[in-house]
Amino acid sequence: MSYSAELDVRVTDSSLRDGSHAIRHQFTVENVRAIVASLDEAGVPVIEVTHGDGLGGSSFNYGFSAVPDQDLISTAVGCAKRAKIAFLMLPGLGTTDDIRLAAANGASICRIATHCTEADISIQHFKVARSIGLETVGFLMMAHSQPPEVLAKQARIMADAGAQCVYVVDSAGSLIMDGVSDRIAALVAELGDDAQVGFHGHENLGLGVANSVLAARAGAKQIDGSTRRFGAGAGNTPVEAFAAVTERLGIKTGIDTLKIVDAAEDVVSPVLTNPPLLDRLSLTMGYAGVYSSFLKHAEIQAKKYGVSGAEILIEAGRRKLVGGQEDQLIEIAVGLAQRK
Amino acid sequence: MTKATAAIVGSGNIGTDLMYKLLRSDIIEPRWMIGVDPDSPGLKRAADHGLTASAEGVDWLLSSAKPDLVFEATSAYVHRENAPRYAELGIQAVDLTPAAIGPAVVPAVNLGQHTGAPNVSLITCGGQATIPVVYAVSRVVPVEYAEIVASVASPSAGPGTRANIDEFTKTTARGVETIGGAQRGKAIIILNPAEPPMLMQDTIFCAIPADADRDAIAASVKEIAADVAAYVPGYRLRTEPQFDDPTPMSGGSRPDKHWARVAVFVEVEGAGDFLPPYSGNLDIMTAAATRVGEGFAQRILAERA
Repeated sequence: MSYSAELDVRVTDSSLRDGSHAIRHQFTVENVRAIVASLDEAGVPVIEVTHGDGLGGSSFNYGFSAVPDQDLISTAVGCAKRAKIAFLMLPGLGTTDDIRLAAANGASICRIATHCTEADISIQHFKVARSIGLETVGFLMMAHSQPPEVLAKQARIMADAGAQCVYVVDSAGSLIMDGVSDRIAALVAELGDDAQVGFHGHENLGLGVANSVLAARAGAKQIDGSTRRFGAGAGNTPVEAFAAVTERLGIKTGIDTLKIVDAAEDVVSPVLTNPPLLDRLSLTMGYAGVYSSFLKHAEIQAKKYGVSGAEILIEAGRRKLVGGQEDQLIEIAVGLAQRK
Repeated sequence: MTKATAAIVGSGNIGTDLMYKLLRSDIIEPRWMIGVDPDSPGLKRAADHGLTASAEGVDWLLSSAKPDLVFEATSAYVHRENAPRYAELGIQAVDLTPAAIGPAVVPAVNLGQHTGAPNVSLITCGGQATIPVVYAVSRVVPVEYAEIVASVASPSAGPGTRANIDEFTKTTARGVETIGGAQRGKAIIILNPAEPPMLMQDTIFCAIPADADRDAIAASVKEIAADVAAYVPGYRLRTEPQFDDPTPMSGGSRPDKHWARVAVFVEVEGAGDFLPPYSGNLDIMTAAATRVGEGFAQRILAERA
């Protein structure tokens, strides 16, 4: 069974959302125009545009946006000829008011993310999103931290609340091969025809493309990536590589491989002043199971307090911090500095 | 010594924890525990401690007794129904639900202004933990923007909070502005399922002028933390307040004027009266309710004397 008559899987490019972390939320209107136009031309069906931490993410805790995310959403909607524009929101940070505003600005897909054991805090947001005609996607973040059966139960909560697709989100880039297949299969078995299943990968262990192919084989109908790996940590599954691999494998994504390769090289790469690397810190995140968005924050605090960024991340893993607890990295750095 | 009499409406976990705190009060006597379910363990526990326990709800309470104070630990919906009835009978109400009918009170900041109010709201747990710190900064320097991040252990976030988490963020942000004194407030809540459960941890970020007197801010924060700890013994600063200079990415009121920042880290360990110590978010509500009730009781007893 496929996503649709034309597509086996539907790809969402998250460069303009997950990539926001990689440039500390400094996207300009010009960046959004150029990237949306080139991805749209290459046939990417969905483009996500928001602050890295979703609507309302612009803050001391996560970093202030250079341009309000609602303005970036309007810009993207104005530039896209075929692609749908999606946005992310995290209950507890963004609100239903933010969802309504994004819909009014022309976005058509609402992606709602919770930590993978806390799906019930998203119910009110799914209900509002569906009531105003948005397509909905649920995000179960840090999915490596729970076994397949727990994730499947949480996915059921989101689907019952109105999610039309629920993603296994490998926020820490920590899932390895079968770990992806097993989780996707559990969600597919639980949700059946009630909702689709998706996969969002990170490259912290270098497995983004391979994990995404396994997800598709296990029944995922929606796959995330970011052109040029433009995402948090070591970045996301590179869309241009996923397009090339799936074309060779005969999995239809609707993306023109040569065009997305050009977009990656000529349009996206110049915006990426500090490309995400599979280096000591990002590899540590995949290895220790730490939320990828913590990377830049750990770098900043390590510099300020003269401590090791890797030690900050390992302590974050030991404390089992979840997405959104960036503030705790400061307290960890202060503690490490005192012990030195 | 005479005590003011109190009824606790809502015999669940919060009401039960509150009962233990009120039983220790020198000026409040918790005399009634009101529920709606005869099998509620909270009612049995209250009866064991000598309270009159009834499963017949507020109708029974208001027809059979005349407490000086009522503590409402039900839900926003139920409190909206009950509040006018208490007010009509002249019973002062301390509202632990998010109904937000009366003025919002944080004991360390503005209790003195509201001891005569017919109904006061305790905002949210995150508000009780963070608004004092915002106030401590804003009494030293103007705060154009304040942001709080409340992290709580998943098992201590009840179904009411989960079903309406927007209410938490909006109500808390409003309190950061109206009581904390920030021109603009933002609130973020994170639920963390780690085992063993984490203590409630809150971070308060305030925008401050680049040339602010940082020593004065730090001293003011420490003073307010001690004020809160006087009624919430498990409330403490985790580190010294941390300061950051303005940068082009530190936010600001204008593109050419960036904020300096103070970050304050607190944690709240519950007293373990009934609820487990990790649920500092619930303990701070019952402790604040007790402190507010005592403020009411002092006024009531003084008028009687």
